Amino acid sequence: MKRLSHVFLIAWALLTTLPLVWAVLGSFKSDDEILTDPWSLPARLRWENWERAWTSAHIGRYFLNSAVVVTGALTLTMLLGAMAAYVLARYRFRGNRIVYYAFVGGMMFPVFLALVPLFFVVRNLGLLGTLPGLTLVYAAYSLPFTVFFLTAFFRTLPTSVAEAAMVDGCGHFGLFFRVMLPMARPGLVSVGIFNFLFQWNQYVLPIVLMQGEGAERRWVLAQGLTALAVNEGYQGDFSGLFAGMTIAMLPVLLGYLVFHRQVQSGLAAGQLR
Amino acid sequence: MRRIFLLTFLVPPLLLYGLFVVSPYAQAFQISATNWSGLSPTFEFVGLDNFRRLLGDGWFWNALRHNGLLLLFLPVVTILLGLFFASMITVHGVRGAAVYRVVYFFPQVLSVAIIGVLWKEMYAPHTGMINGLLRSVGLDDLAVAWLGDPRFAFWCVLTVLIWMNVGFYVVLFSAAMQAIPRELYEAAALDGADRVTTLVRITVPLLWVTIQVAWVYLAIIAIDGFAIVQIITDGGPSSSSDVVGLRLYKTAFGDGQFGYASAIGVAMFFLTLTVAAMFLQVTRRDRVEL
Repeated sequence: MKRLSHVFLIAWALLTTLPLVWAVLGSFKSDDEILTDPWSLPARLRWENWERAWTSAHIGRYFLNSAVVVTGALTLTMLLGAMAAYVLARYRFRGNRIVYYAFVGGMMFPVFLALVPLFFVVRNLGLLGTLPGLTLVYAAYSLPFTVFFLTAFFRTLPTSVAEAAMVDGCGHFGLFFRVMLPMARPGLVSVGIFNFLFQWNQYVLPIVLMQGEGAERRWVLAQGLTALAVNEGYQGDFSGLFAGMTIAMLPVLLGYLVFHRQVQSGLAAGQLR
Repeated sequence: MRRIFLLTFLVPPLLLYGLFVVSPYAQAFQISATNWSGLSPTFEFVGLDNFRRLLGDGWFWNALRHNGLLLLFLPVVTILLGLFFASMITVHGVRGAAVYRVVYFFPQVLSVAIIGVLWKEMYAPHTGMINGLLRSVGLDDLAVAWLGDPRFAFWCVLTVLIWMNVGFYVVLFSAAMQAIPRELYEAAALDGADRVTTLVRITVPLLWVTIQVAWVYLAIIAIDGFAIVQIITDGGPSSSSDVVGLRLYKTAFGDGQFGYASAIGVAMFFLTLTVAAMFLQVTRRDRVEL
């Protein structure tokens, strides 16, 4: 029985890792090797596949676009989310609850409901197919969970420190930036990791919003990769596709391996909403 | 001073949120009552016509049926596998538990685009890993065109959705199981309870709230399913793996029928609410306190 359970555990471990290993191996194969036997090993490390994917298939550009959008969106999300959450958690004013539930209620709605109007809101602002437009939308859709999570977090912080800082002549702004934000670090890290993966892995929002003339130069990684998979069908560049996939996959996987504890707790926290 | 502070901290987030989240959601309900096609600035209010049309739309029902199947299978299979692996790792203390917990989580950090493209290649008839394996063990007859056959395409998609979600629930359940006192298991072992009995009689009741949350979350994924389906099969062949989200996307951005697409969105919204509410009602039981 004990042995049997080991067999199952190892089987699932193989099932999760083998496809990824297969993709990495494929990125070094020649198209011939891929076509003759899917389980063959590459004869040598063909880095030229990676180069082709990075430049000719524009994976490099898409990677950069993703990095730009997520950096901007994550900064904006964390700043605005922390500001709103802090005020909602620690200040009493009329309408506090209404604002709080307006934010948190956003978690209940499927993003599909918003797609059509969102497309036109973004288009009417002239932001369709632009990186700033996508950045703002990512940040806006990350706010509900961020506000929900951080409000709960700011409530747990001790009031004594805040009072002491106020006595020392610290203003509202100084209190937030110099005292409360540093104290909220663990919470910010958890929700930051959650938001990073949410934004980096977005698919629906970019394919709806990055349309229009010349938009393909500003595509993000998820979009560029699926387009490459469709094109590969009639261009027959299998190895280039595998290389593109590997380039898209490795940074996130490596980051996860280094920070796996934080990533797992960050994502588990997202589940409890 | 305090007022200025509150306003500077609340107004920017509210503006961003109102503009890109609240207003689209509100407009969706409005647009769903129009025959707007997007190109012309004019449109008429048609009341509930779009919803009446939805009821008679065979494509919509076909897609909805697939979401129903996802709703039936995805949560159950994922949760069962998750509980099974989590109890192996946590309760029965196998060697390498930490490694399993890290490895099982891999699909969770990959984007749906990567997972979709990867599995599309895995299923490929000639170059795919799956058929390669089948051929190498002499099962050439089983090496079919998985995604090209209406009988298999949907189940291929379901498999991917299970594959990409199990790991997360292994980690989640195993974290919850670690909070269960060891003495309970020791007592059960003394009473001669086997593993299955232990799982059903001790672990599951103590994890009930976590399981409920997991079910609702997976149900939401099942009602969506858009990205994986669009990338792997695009709903085909002959709509055999279509889902409602893909219907909406194609109706809006393929056919330009924005009014009708919004009606599909509204239907999805109420479907999500109903399913979540119904499930929580049905599975309500008293929480086991230790």
